[in-house]
Amino acid sequence: MSEVIVITSGKGGVGKTTTSANIGTGLAMLGTRVALIDTDIGLRNLDVVMGLENRIVYNLVDVVEGNCRMKQALIRDKRYPNLYLLPSAQTRDKSAVNPEQMIKLTEDLKDDFDYILLDCPAGIEQGFRNAVAGADRALVVTTPEVSAIRDADRIIGLLENGNMGQIQLIVNRVRTDMVRRGDMMSVDDVMDILAVPLLGAIPDDESIVISTNQGEPLAGTDTPSGQAYLDICKRLLGEDIPVCIPETGRGFISRLTGFLKRA
Amino acid sequence: MVRGRRVFGKRSGEIARKRLKLLLAADKTDCSPDFLGMIKDDIRAVVSKYMDIDPEEIEVGITNTLFHGVPDPVPVFYANIPIRCLSYKGII
Repeated sequence: MSEVIVITSGKGGVGKTTTSANIGTGLAMLGTRVALIDTDIGLRNLDVVMGLENRIVYNLVDVVEGNCRMKQALIRDKRYPNLYLLPSAQTRDKSAVNPEQMIKLTEDLKDDFDYILLDCPAGIEQGFRNAVAGADRALVVTTPEVSAIRDADRIIGLLENGNMGQIQLIVNRVRTDMVRRGDMMSVDDVMDILAVPLLGAIPDDESIVISTNQGEPLAGTDTPSGQAYLDICKRLLGEDIPVCIPETGRGFISRLTGFLKRA
Repeated sequence: MVRGRRVFGKRSGEIARKRLKLLLAADKTDCSPDFLGMIKDDIRAVVSKYMDIDPEEIEVGITNTLFHGVPDPVPVFYANIPIRCLSYKGII
């Protein structure tokens, strides 16, 4: 029984693509068959975060328009043979695909994959409607900021009106040190405001930048965010793992311990 | 570097939380002019059975108001209905 999950946020730049790449990698690491689909037509990014940008021959629009078979467009991951990417088209726009075509596309993938993850573009226009059309579950990514939470609230409203099966929240870029001194909303504050069940919280972690630079998602690695992403994947597979946000801060103590570790 | 020192006695996380609550209440209650027009027509019909009101000057809308004993502002629906003449129209 396969599941189609859309990763969305409303606001841009909160970590949808990074989250898609890491959840896809984590689920593959845990042994499931995963297809990642970049639905941001015209602004392709997931291939770069996955480090697969040099292997693209065909893309999502080619599949939809029948220029190639699905198998020709799917790119196998460098590390996990059970993880595939369907890249987006860079030289087309959102109107190249419609929601009915996306539903058919996800249906076609269900035979070969356990999880089909859709990386949704920012905004609430056609790109968003395309991405959510075939999804059974939505993961709403936000950061603990007023603007991102406002947009997440709007997205949750749209998903509820569209009868999305399940909606869960991922709070990204949490800084425990700032929360502790009262200068950042806590994960509880965000949950309280958005009233959606929490799937996980990701600490603000500089290893994310490094991993994106290298084009290798860090889910499962020995980094605070790598573990947080792996926990999310385990929860998706039904494991009961409590949410805890590890310390990554730039506070004095963590800087000191970081320095000592390096020394 | 801007430090999150207490601005008006509050931490910036708390300020963000309050601003967001107000913002979402405003976003959610931002109902269409058509909807407000329909409510206005109904209020006019009901109230004018009992009072001599000025139908052109009725004003309706949604705002946020602080209530005694409640920490955060609460969204309220308001209607200002100017009375032309205080009489017991319709009652007697």
